Amino acid sequence: MSEPGRIVAGILSPHPPHLIYASNPPQNEPRSSRAGAWNGLLDGYEKLRAELARHEFDVLVAHTPHWKTRTGHHFLGVPHFEGKSVDPIFPNLFQYNFALDIDVELSEAIHDEAAAAGLSTRMMRNPEFRVDYGTITSCHLVHPAWDKPVVAISSARTAFDYSNEAGDQEMLALGRATRRAIEASGRRALCLASNSLSHRHFTSEPEDPEDPSFEHVYNENQSAWDRHILGLMKAGETRRIFDEMPDFTEQCVAETKDGCLSWLLAAMDFPPLPATVHGYGTVIGTGNAVVSWDLDSARTEASA
Amino acid sequence: MSAAAGELLGGYLMPYQPLPVLAPEANAGWASLAANAARIRAEIEASGADLLLLFSTRWVSIIGHQMQADPKPEWWVVDEDFHEFGTLHYSLRMDAEFATAYRDAARARGLHARTVAYQGFPIDVGTITTLKLLNPDNRIAASVVSCNAYSDRAETLVLGKAAADAVRASGRKAIAIGVSALSNRMFSRWIDPAQDRIHSQKDDEWNRKLLELLAEGRLEDVSQLAREFSRQANGDSRMKAIWWLAATLGQHNQYTGTVFDYQPVWGTGAAMVGLQPAEAGSGDLEYDEDDAEFFRGDRNVLVSQSDDES
Repeated sequence: MSEPGRIVAGILSPHPPHLIYASNPPQNEPRSSRAGAWNGLLDGYEKLRAELARHEFDVLVAHTPHWKTRTGHHFLGVPHFEGKSVDPIFPNLFQYNFALDIDVELSEAIHDEAAAAGLSTRMMRNPEFRVDYGTITSCHLVHPAWDKPVVAISSARTAFDYSNEAGDQEMLALGRATRRAIEASGRRALCLASNSLSHRHFTSEPEDPEDPSFEHVYNENQSAWDRHILGLMKAGETRRIFDEMPDFTEQCVAETKDGCLSWLLAAMDFPPLPATVHGYGTVIGTGNAVVSWDLDSARTEASA
Repeated sequence: MSAAAGELLGGYLMPYQPLPVLAPEANAGWASLAANAARIRAEIEASGADLLLLFSTRWVSIIGHQMQADPKPEWWVVDEDFHEFGTLHYSLRMDAEFATAYRDAARARGLHARTVAYQGFPIDVGTITTLKLLNPDNRIAASVVSCNAYSDRAETLVLGKAAADAVRASGRKAIAIGVSALSNRMFSRWIDPAQDRIHSQKDDEWNRKLLELLAEGRLEDVSQLAREFSRQANGDSRMKAIWWLAATLGQHNQYTGTVFDYQPVWGTGAAMVGLQPAEAGSGDLEYDEDDAEFFRGDRNVLVSQSDDES
């Protein structure tokens, strides 16, 4: 490819398997009641997909909290995976038969850039590896056609082993490495941060998991923090989000601890661009937002 | 279920890391763990046990406590970190009837509990590793309970007591096994396996202190010390496996303790310990931690305040 590559859009694409369950796609074995507990988020994903339909892209690059690696940052390095993914936490909701292609060339390029930046990295070459349900869920909800290859990046546990600040600094380096590799590759990429915002779950679920009368945020603290972060996103204050990330993560039990959102912001190079919040809702008490930074449209407007 | 009262014959602590199974040749310590597991296996086979009851820190749950009830789970797992060392294929024998009994006993003590039996369910690496080492031919049926991400000490104790309830009611002769590391700080970079060591001297010293107590049969003392150990040595999952094991076996220090092995696995403290009930033990000391018999739900402090105001 001769044209320089670019990130077409950065997307916060949370991965509750409940959303797959509620959608009843043919790949997932359990059937939902469609009682409607998560319609706000499903509508949000629908709006996101409509926005993305206006853009061309070659690859989805996902950073996932559910491939948890403690030996650095790992990358899928096998051209094709297929199998069955059963969520160990919500197995009653998610038994998904997956088949996906990997953009191994881009995966290796990001790996090499990250290694050159001093990060601990590893390519995953075992063909029997079961792709994590965070990658599957986010990619499915963003682009259910599965006709584009994927790059999946694990969540290194630096924040858990050391500190939120240390984790975010690694994600800063990883995000920048991702950006450099995408630009050098000529690919037009969607970058997906597959995490919730507030992430304290209820530890029980109703008889119908989709019962809307059960669903609400875990507590007001979580809700207030989520609103604050969403406000910063809408205001285009991406750098401030990154600066506040360690406190958000700590005080909101946020899934940002897994690094996905910090990675995404760094990959986009902290654009001062108001994000579009397509939907916000809770899933078993956790706060989830479908958000996009439409970088391609911003480029077009800037050049007009 | 058998009409005869069941009993707990003893307990073990086993490490969760798969490397002693996947690559024992890569490190002398990993090979040592695999070799010493054979001593435990022989001890278990001689005990007359008909149930291996596991609590694995690698099976994390959110919705209460999950009991594996697929009588023959068959699949494979590739470790998230150690994928290049190969694949763990498994075919296990689970005691589905006991899983149901355990679930009911947990519910009777106020816990949210459910059984799971799904084709392709990913049995966790800790459970697979332990059963491959201790029960490779499935001679003894097993049962596994998850480690809830949010459960505190009190809830974990109640889960352990429910396990004992279920064993007694079921007529099983059970061995309780906590699957957990001691210090759980891994090297966050790739290392030469031959150069593996405990991540820090501090972790090593705390591990050895805990093992000194366990060798004296002082399981309840270790349970009381677990919070401090976790703070000081990055204990695995806040040492919930120790809380569960101590509660399941009866919350005392009357054991004969045997440290079968202690080795580093990628920086973590991997210990194999046996605890057999004994007439004379170290005696009970003064305990500071609360005890709990019944689980009364999540605290939901902020939710309660909001509700009160409305």
